[in-house]
Amino acid sequence: MSAAGQGLATAQEVPLSLRGPAPTRVVAGYGFWLFLLSDIVIFAAFFAAYAVLSGENAGGPTAADLFDKKHVLIETACLLASSVTCGFGSLAMQSGNRTSTYFWMTITFILGVAFLSLEVSEFRHMLEIGAGPSRSAFLSAFFALVGTHGLHVSVGLCWLVVMLLQVATLGFQPMVSRRFFCFGLFWHALDIVWIGVFTIVYLGAHL
Amino acid sequence: MLGRLSWAAIPFDVPVVMIAAGSVGFIIFCLLALVTVKGWWPYLWREWITSVDHKRIGVMYIILALLMLVRGFSDALLMRSQLALAAGHAQGYLPPEHYDQIFSAHGTIMIFFVAMPFVVGLMNFVLPLQLGVRDVAFPVLNSVSFWLTAAGVLLVNVSLVVGEFARTGWLAYPPLSELAYSPGVGVDYYLWSLQISGLGTLLSGINLLTTILKLRAPGMGYRQMPIFCWTALASNLLIVASFPILTATFAMLLLDRYCGFHFFTNDLGGNPMMYVNLIWSWGHPEVYILILPAFGVFSEVVATFSGKPLFGRRSMVMATMAICVLSFLVWLHHFFTMGAGADVNGFFGIMTMLIAVPTGVKIFNWLFTLYGGRIRFTTPVYWAVGFMVTFVIGGMTGVLMAIPPADFVLHNSLFLIAHFHNVVIGGVVFGVMAGITYWFPKAFGFSLNERLGKAVFWCWFFGFYLAFMPLYMLGLMGATRRMQHYANPHWQPLMLIALAGALLILLGIALTGVQLAVSIRHRDRYRDVTGDPWNGRTLEWSTPSPPPAWNYSHLPQVDRPDAFWAMKQQRGTAPDRSVPRTYETIHVPRNNPTGFYLAFFAVLLGFSLIWRIWWGAGLGLLGALAVGLMQAWRTHGEIEVHADQVAAFERLHGPKGRPV
Repeated sequence: MSAAGQGLATAQEVPLSLRGPAPTRVVAGYGFWLFLLSDIVIFAAFFAAYAVLSGENAGGPTAADLFDKKHVLIETACLLASSVTCGFGSLAMQSGNRTSTYFWMTITFILGVAFLSLEVSEFRHMLEIGAGPSRSAFLSAFFALVGTHGLHVSVGLCWLVVMLLQVATLGFQPMVSRRFFCFGLFWHALDIVWIGVFTIVYLGAHL
Repeated sequence: MLGRLSWAAIPFDVPVVMIAAGSVGFIIFCLLALVTVKGWWPYLWREWITSVDHKRIGVMYIILALLMLVRGFSDALLMRSQLALAAGHAQGYLPPEHYDQIFSAHGTIMIFFVAMPFVVGLMNFVLPLQLGVRDVAFPVLNSVSFWLTAAGVLLVNVSLVVGEFARTGWLAYPPLSELAYSPGVGVDYYLWSLQISGLGTLLSGINLLTTILKLRAPGMGYRQMPIFCWTALASNLLIVASFPILTATFAMLLLDRYCGFHFFTNDLGGNPMMYVNLIWSWGHPEVYILILPAFGVFSEVVATFSGKPLFGRRSMVMATMAICVLSFLVWLHHFFTMGAGADVNGFFGIMTMLIAVPTGVKIFNWLFTLYGGRIRFTTPVYWAVGFMVTFVIGGMTGVLMAIPPADFVLHNSLFLIAHFHNVVIGGVVFGVMAGITYWFPKAFGFSLNERLGKAVFWCWFFGFYLAFMPLYMLGLMGATRRMQHYANPHWQPLMLIALAGALLILLGIALTGVQLAVSIRHRDRYRDVTGDPWNGRTLEWSTPSPPPAWNYSHLPQVDRPDAFWAMKQQRGTAPDRSVPRTYETIHVPRNNPTGFYLAFFAVLLGFSLIWRIWWGAGLGLLGALAVGLMQAWRTHGEIEVHADQVAAFERLHGPKGRPV
């Protein structure tokens, strides 16, 4: 394309918005950013519902009765650490180092599974003591918000496995790199949402 | 094995339903037989069903919307005829439980499956052409979005025959829509069909937004972007910001209904008013999602047929973006009667009145564009002028209801019904009809019959006034919405006038069919060989009609909003044809059945969930997953169109009298 050829020479003078269609790498990342924003709006709706309903415990257990700070702290540590290892994995992928990519991404996967199993054990404990989502509106909102996040983490883990298989079968071709980049965005976004959950749900319980 | 599904789900004892279903089934059977006998399946599969070309997808959206318009409108006719009969002691012919399904289906279908596909279809078709690029950002995702919408449509129509539809009104307020008060499958049909098609809309919004923000012809900054693209930008921003709220809200209601949660129940701390707040924080932006692209169409139409640039383009853009922001700050005006208190109601009342300011700015922009122009009174201009008159009335009744004390009187009355039909028909429908007439020659290479087009306009125009002005009056007399019967016989004459209006609109819809048939039959007479039948101003008119799969053999270089107009003006001084043109190989996306397969499994998933057939739901989910994985390993997503082919196309269809 002649526009692409001119791009280098005139990059200094022509403003970004006038340079014509952006390259696929940029377009894919941008579209995924927009998707993440819409996903965060979904979480915002669940956060809003939690804020409205968190006091509606209908005579059942309250947030302060139920949440174990230490348990949640370990959970949080797992997820945040997985974001760091995911970052290392992305760097390894950018430098085309396959072994290192597998290594860091496997650790990311293990940390993600650890987070999820801790969450499941917390949910199971709550169900056992009769504090399930049907007990009160507060618990409905809690299970829906935290569960939606957990569902996202599960989807992320499946996606991660698919991505590793893609690297194994297709190598680091541009399509795979773009998707890996998007996976990284997704995984970090889940961390951001979790920080909201940790602050509002778990720390908020002990205010 | 089949969950709650049994033969009892099919209403053999309701003749209206069985006759309607029978005739629709017969028509579908005849169509399928025709397609099979004529051997059209390979063509349909290759050129339409698996197509990822934004133009084809746009056309399919609009065909879908036209079909659903007939469905939604037949619901309207049922309601109008019932109310024309059911006065005083007469009960009409529709029992309440059936009538409730009809008004719920009418609203749901008209908003989600008529207005939305109309608007999304127009944006799909027009945006890449106006932006001077070859396709949307994610062509395969575009096909997925369309087919998910079609999946939602299918589920809604299945509810007519298998089971029932919701009796809760088009927004399914709890606690009525909770399991305790709506134990049937009607609300589940409503929720799952809208979840599936809502996902399609969200993906389409992301896709079009990325297209506008990242894919524009060289030189097209935001200041050079055509006005329809600006309104589409605002509309898609609203889709991406508001449809997730709808998804989350429906997810909460689904959790209540399927898993015994207590988001909106009466007991154990649930809060039904939270649903109303959440649903309207999607619902109010939604009306602007629909109307803003219609405003864009009118802007293009008015400028083109006045032979002038749009008056006050910058104020038009600012008004559009102001509406985009304000639309998120007015949702509470849908339920002033909730009891939020005078201060809250006052705030939302004032915000609602404020939104009339940018809308008023737009009306003056159009008027001043027309003023002093050489107006050609084509069908799109009829729609535009009819819109301006009608929409201003609808806007004024809207501002009237924005005053909380007045709203306490008018809330849930037929006055409200008249108001929103006033803005949706007078705004969205008129805009879509103008847009279809305007861009039809671009899509198909021939224009629509003007005489019949104008007849369609007059039917809709007078039909609208006949049908809805009586409802304003009835609303002031105290008639409420969603009533199947009324005791006061003095309302009957007005109800009869409203029925006459609906019949006139029916004539308009029928004439649209005639117009299409006549125009196709005489297409050689209406052929557009120039690519620019209206003496247009924006880039889409610089392509041949219909444009090739790759839209532009050379991406145009742009330096102003009316880029094509400027090119035509410069033609005399710089004859483009003297320059020998060389062509390069172009990559276009390859056909892809992913969207169709995904929709198939989405229907299976939705239907199974509605009837609690858990193995079917598992199968649907696994199938969708498998389709997704197949797509993930598809490496050859593009085909090449060789430079020779491009050159051959340009020799055949390229600029003869056209400057590009």
